[in-house]
Amino acid sequence: MDKLTTVDGRAYPFGMKNVDTDIVIPAHWLKTISRNGLGRGAFEVLRKEPGNVFDDPAYTGSPILIAGDNFGCGSSREHAAWALGDMGIKVVIAPSFSDIFSGNAFKNGILTVVLPQDAVDRLMEVAQGVNGTPDPIHIDLESQTVTTQFQDRFTFEIDPFRKHCLLGGLDEIGLTLDQSDMIGGYEAKQAQDRPWIVPAAVA
Amino acid sequence: MVKPRTLYEKIWDAHVVERRPDGTCLIYIDRHLVHEVTSPQAFEGLRLAGRKVRRPDLTLAVPDHNLPTTPRRDADGKRIPIADPESAQQLEALERNAPEFGVRLIGDADVEQGIVHVVGPEQGFTLPGTTLVCGDSHTSSHGALGALAFGIGTSEVEHVLATQTLLLKQSKTMAVVVEGALAPGVTAKDVALAICGTIGTAGGTGYVMEYCGSVFRDMSIEGRLTVANMSIEAGARSGLFAPDEKTFAYIEGRPMAPKGADFDAAVAYWRTLHTDEGAVFDKTVVIDAADIVPNVTWGTSPEDVVAVTGVVPDPLSFADPSKQAAAQKSLDYMGLTAGQKMADVAIEHIFIGSCTNSRIEDLRAAAALLKGRHIAPGIKHAMVVPGSGLVKRQAEEEGLDRVFLDAGFEWREPGCSACLGMNPDKVPAGERCASTSNRNFMGRQGPGARTHLVSPAMAAAAAITGRLTDVRELLHNKEGVML
Repeated sequence: MDKLTTVDGRAYPFGMKNVDTDIVIPAHWLKTISRNGLGRGAFEVLRKEPGNVFDDPAYTGSPILIAGDNFGCGSSREHAAWALGDMGIKVVIAPSFSDIFSGNAFKNGILTVVLPQDAVDRLMEVAQGVNGTPDPIHIDLESQTVTTQFQDRFTFEIDPFRKHCLLGGLDEIGLTLDQSDMIGGYEAKQAQDRPWIVPAAVA
Repeated sequence: MVKPRTLYEKIWDAHVVERRPDGTCLIYIDRHLVHEVTSPQAFEGLRLAGRKVRRPDLTLAVPDHNLPTTPRRDADGKRIPIADPESAQQLEALERNAPEFGVRLIGDADVEQGIVHVVGPEQGFTLPGTTLVCGDSHTSSHGALGALAFGIGTSEVEHVLATQTLLLKQSKTMAVVVEGALAPGVTAKDVALAICGTIGTAGGTGYVMEYCGSVFRDMSIEGRLTVANMSIEAGARSGLFAPDEKTFAYIEGRPMAPKGADFDAAVAYWRTLHTDEGAVFDKTVVIDAADIVPNVTWGTSPEDVVAVTGVVPDPLSFADPSKQAAAQKSLDYMGLTAGQKMADVAIEHIFIGSCTNSRIEDLRAAAALLKGRHIAPGIKHAMVVPGSGLVKRQAEEEGLDRVFLDAGFEWREPGCSACLGMNPDKVPAGERCASTSNRNFMGRQGPGARTHLVSPAMAAAAAITGRLTDVRELLHNKEGVML
């Protein structure tokens, strides 16, 4: 997983509330065999609307998404996080997230930032552009801050374990693999106590 | 003195690699079943990170969800192409990934192929006291043999492939006690439906169940597999049966099971796997076997259970306003009205199969009723989908295929089939199916399909009469002999 320390760039001023994972990625994309390429299906239904923010050239490739309350509710599909990651999104800012989505996002190296509604509203203004062209937003995970060139400064909370993993680019699998010796120790003891546990080889 | 423990606690304790201060444990996984739907991205993740499968020898791959149940090879043994390109792609991915990572694959044309939850026990891969996972919620099935078995998501599949462990928090324990004896015509499926109806689909959330009492002790291994399979429909990720002599006899001699002295050592250990006298469950649910009758579902949740002799409930009869609204929505979807007799509900489709009810005993029970009888004129389509190639072969050796074919059923190749709308076997919109599967969700058997969950014998009874039918009316042949 890539390390996430600071993210600097434009943000999609999306703002929609109660976005479920069916909106993020519709069910017919679930028959895929890859985590990659799902960006094409991201927000598929919304993108059929003319003038939608995702197809506005001013925002293409933005690493930040600003959303409304309860982002990522509904189905547990991990494809929602994969789709956002494939779009190049590294941070989602919203007043709240579903637990399952924020867990899935974290497992895929995406930071979810919870800020009060008024702070999110202000960041929406900046993302849309104070002077007509979109202005960038800066996120610093180490100091847990979101700042803008207009002296805005918002701090956010994050679970220390998740912060540690994101900063180090550590995924859960990588962390567990760091305990390989301990796992190997368990296997050695099991091989002694219950040698029959390994399935009989089939000719 | 050692504190008395439940069966679940014993299996949990035996698999703790590391206990962390917040109570989370790194749990060792002894068995990993892999199928084509939830594994492609997990293998891809390993490939991208340059990781390997830690214990390919503890991993077994079998395709089941996407496979058509029509013949897979032509007369020359050549593969018949799968029409849906996305299904074909998921299947090809498994066929590529398994050998690349050194995992044994039971392929679509192998006689051992079948639904993962049928194959595991059948091959002796599933053993008592093991931890067993699969990217599928019906993994609870394997609890029938005393394995702590539960479904996981794709990231967890990848985690298990790479590390053979999972980070978990311990669940609460629930004893489900059914004492007495089941009446003729009442089967394991009726018990499972009775449990769902009694505790509801969220009743077991956060718990691991243990099935206790004489009904479960007297139940065959295949019946136990049906009950454990539906633990998840009652909200529990896992349901356990303490292994006993029946379990040991079932396992002995299976291809992947321990042999000789290893088997004896294993049995000695398995005999310790029971809940100790004095161990305390967080919750106990008691059901009287005498109260269990042949059941059917009327709605779109597995908790919407009623006796086949009963009527469609009035949504207003539920105390909870949200349940009232849900029930009305269910009735609208199902095309039923409150007060209607269940036994008057006409059926157009019969599906005998799924990881719940596709084993040899299930097929025997249905065939016993169908012998010398024929599906009713109103039945548009009836099919039997054996749970594995070995079940199919055994059924053919016993002549059951002839019984089904003569009765007007189709006799198919093994797979998940019409349990879920991922392969060509679907129920058309607005049409009604008596199904031996596990979920009657809206659209589960196809968009707009109406599902009534029943036992295999009840499915056969509905096939004969063309409506939901109390199997007890058909239990005797013309000479009055019990079938």
